[in-house]
Amino acid sequence: MSLVTAHRNVLSLGLALLLTAGVSAHAQERFIVMASTTSTEQSGLFPHLLPAFKAASGIDVRVVAVGTGQALDMGRRGDADVLFVHDKFAEEKFVADGFGLKRSEVMFNDFVLIGPKADPVNARGKDIVSALARLGASAQPFISRGDKSGTHAAELRYWKQAGLDSPAGRYAGYKECGCGMGPALNMAAATDGYVLADRGTWLSFRNRANLAVLVEGDTRLFNQYGVIVVNPLRHPHTKTALAQAFADWVVSAPGQASIAAYKVGGEQLFFPNAKP
Amino acid sequence: MSPGLPTVDTAGPLLRVRDVSVRFGKVQALRGVSLQVMRGDFIALVGANGSGKTTLLRALHGLVAHHGTREVLDPQALQVMVFQRPFMLRLSVWNNVILALWLARCPGRAPRMGRAERAARAAQALRRVGLEALRDRPARALSGGEQQRLALARAWAVRPQIVFLDEPTASLDPSAKREIEALLEGFRADGLTLVMSTHNLGQVKRLATRVIYLDRGEVRVDLPTERFFADHVDGRADLFLKGELSWSLE
Amino acid sequence: MNDFEQSLRTALGLIVGADAELVRTVALSLMVSGSACLLAAGFGLAAGAWLAVARFPGHRSVVLLMNTLLALPSVVVGLVVYLLLSRSGPLGSWGILFTPTAMVIAQTILVFPVVAALTRQLVGDSLRDGGDQLRSMGAGAFLCGLLMLLHDRWAVVTLLLAAFGRAISEVGAVMIVGGNIAGVTRVMTTSIALETSKGDLPLAMALGLVLLAVVGVVNVLIGFVQRGRGSALAGVR
Repeated sequence: MSLVTAHRNVLSLGLALLLTAGVSAHAQERFIVMASTTSTEQSGLFPHLLPAFKAASGIDVRVVAVGTGQALDMGRRGDADVLFVHDKFAEEKFVADGFGLKRSEVMFNDFVLIGPKADPVNARGKDIVSALARLGASAQPFISRGDKSGTHAAELRYWKQAGLDSPAGRYAGYKECGCGMGPALNMAAATDGYVLADRGTWLSFRNRANLAVLVEGDTRLFNQYGVIVVNPLRHPHTKTALAQAFADWVVSAPGQASIAAYKVGGEQLFFPNAKP
Repeated sequence: MSPGLPTVDTAGPLLRVRDVSVRFGKVQALRGVSLQVMRGDFIALVGANGSGKTTLLRALHGLVAHHGTREVLDPQALQVMVFQRPFMLRLSVWNNVILALWLARCPGRAPRMGRAERAARAAQALRRVGLEALRDRPARALSGGEQQRLALARAWAVRPQIVFLDEPTASLDPSAKREIEALLEGFRADGLTLVMSTHNLGQVKRLATRVIYLDRGEVRVDLPTERFFADHVDGRADLFLKGELSWSLE
Repeated sequence: MNDFEQSLRTALGLIVGADAELVRTVALSLMVSGSACLLAAGFGLAAGAWLAVARFPGHRSVVLLMNTLLALPSVVVGLVVYLLLSRSGPLGSWGILFTPTAMVIAQTILVFPVVAALTRQLVGDSLRDGGDQLRSMGAGAFLCGLLMLLHDRWAVVTLLLAAFGRAISEVGAVMIVGGNIAGVTRVMTTSIALETSKGDLPLAMALGLVLLAVVGVVNVLIGFVQRGRGSALAGVR
């Protein structure tokens, strides 16, 4: 009866589409999954860097951009072949726990303290810690990402150095949004608030309103990136050889040059510092 | 006379129920009903609303769970039922008849009806009820009378032996009523056995060979038509005929 | 108002220019959500029809569960499917995490209750009208359910459109199980989310308008089919 055949056709069509989707995704077998962070992806580095790697090796890098915490979790689960994140302590622990082979330093960018041009708490300068101390004593709004990202971890370190272990309780203007860098900047723009951001996201951010860079150049603000290949002993299915090819390339001369060549609005965003 | 139908020979029972009782929740719809449907009968089921006519029809057709026994004495006798408001699918007139043929699949007759035979029977059935000009119309766009004729067409197309009818003309205007009655008379002439519930006593007189009067779930009277109207057998039946029985029963 | 105007202009520019990446993203959205809708239709229509006719102990609980799942948050589905398909999960060996296949699976799960619960209601209502009559014509219980699907086919189409809408507009599930990988698992909704988080709100809005336009076109096409076929004639052989 035509009703039954129609039913069967619907299911077959759906299954066929499903299989095609799966097949086309695997069509290029030479690919690796790289877990990285949202701020790195949003800086625009990958569309510049990865094609250079592909040209050199023929390997496709598929980037899943999430928060640092989630990226490391992906590594632990074996859902990624290589990690490219910026939280030194968490990365070292990851390797120490046996989830990663080796941590190699690749590049750094820096954080900047963004705030309203009028700068009511007089944070402007080269000292992040004293700027935060002044903020903590005021009632000005500060937007924290609050999402366990590398940026968030760095931010908490600076607060600690400024004498506020958990700003959430003690500083009235502290607002945690549990969100990415872009939305946090949006909130700061909307409330004339302060926010710690990575320079890359700031340079690409279009919704600046009254915001400007207030604190930069403090060496404590440097944000170190590391690359880690996921340990095949833990997860034998991972594409270790291909992942290692990426890790080797990105710390090699051509990789480092490609990083240095990436500019936003004429400004270099990332500074390669792999140890030879 | 339509081809392919068995000639009416000496009447024999087609269907028998013994001591059938049906209960819906707290309501006892039928109490201990026993009767036989004989070949060639045109039975009219009469009674006040709530007396159990519809339930008895459904029980005879096998649509309701019941206590007691129901025996189909002639397994070859295909049964169909026509309802007061026929349910037509959102298909054309033609396709509704084809669907009925497909569903019936004629057990015991042609093992599997091919498309050609279904089409032939559908055309025949629609001609019989005078609807072949409307065959491509949406069935639900037909008038009440036309839909009931369509219901008769789809019932007749499967070559039934027994046709149950639940107040088939109750919602129709007088001319539609006459058309339906004419068709039913034609069915009986073809040798079909009919069991019909109705409120219309004139209809009973015109069409039925046998009248069964139900009161509060029990069969009180079961007589040939002339005797039913002539004799005064049951007090309540008498009141019913005179129209003096109350509208609904507690 | 300036933002909206800019977005509208950007949207029109994107559509007219047929930007290659945009076309690919739209195509992937349609493929993923379309497949999910078809699969959910295949399973859901049957399940809904069956639920409308079946009677078994616990039937009411199943219906209640199905109705509750109508409000299943897409992130929850995404999370559950992620944990299932993760390499550390039970189905990790399938290796389909971060592929469109995983996205189709997640959306199918999300949309299946929509189809099943609404179908059950639809078929149940129609069975109340005419189920007895179909049974008396010789249809078995489940066949009655399927015939009612045929009878209510235009309502079913609307229902499937609702399911498609739910699928193509969700972002939680496809983000988590797809990973929003550029060129591989990036769909319209995850693109909008990405641009929003980058702070490029006009572009995000423009993409939103494009998505609406695409869904609008789908609806118009279905409307043509409805009018063309008329309301009554489906061949039943």
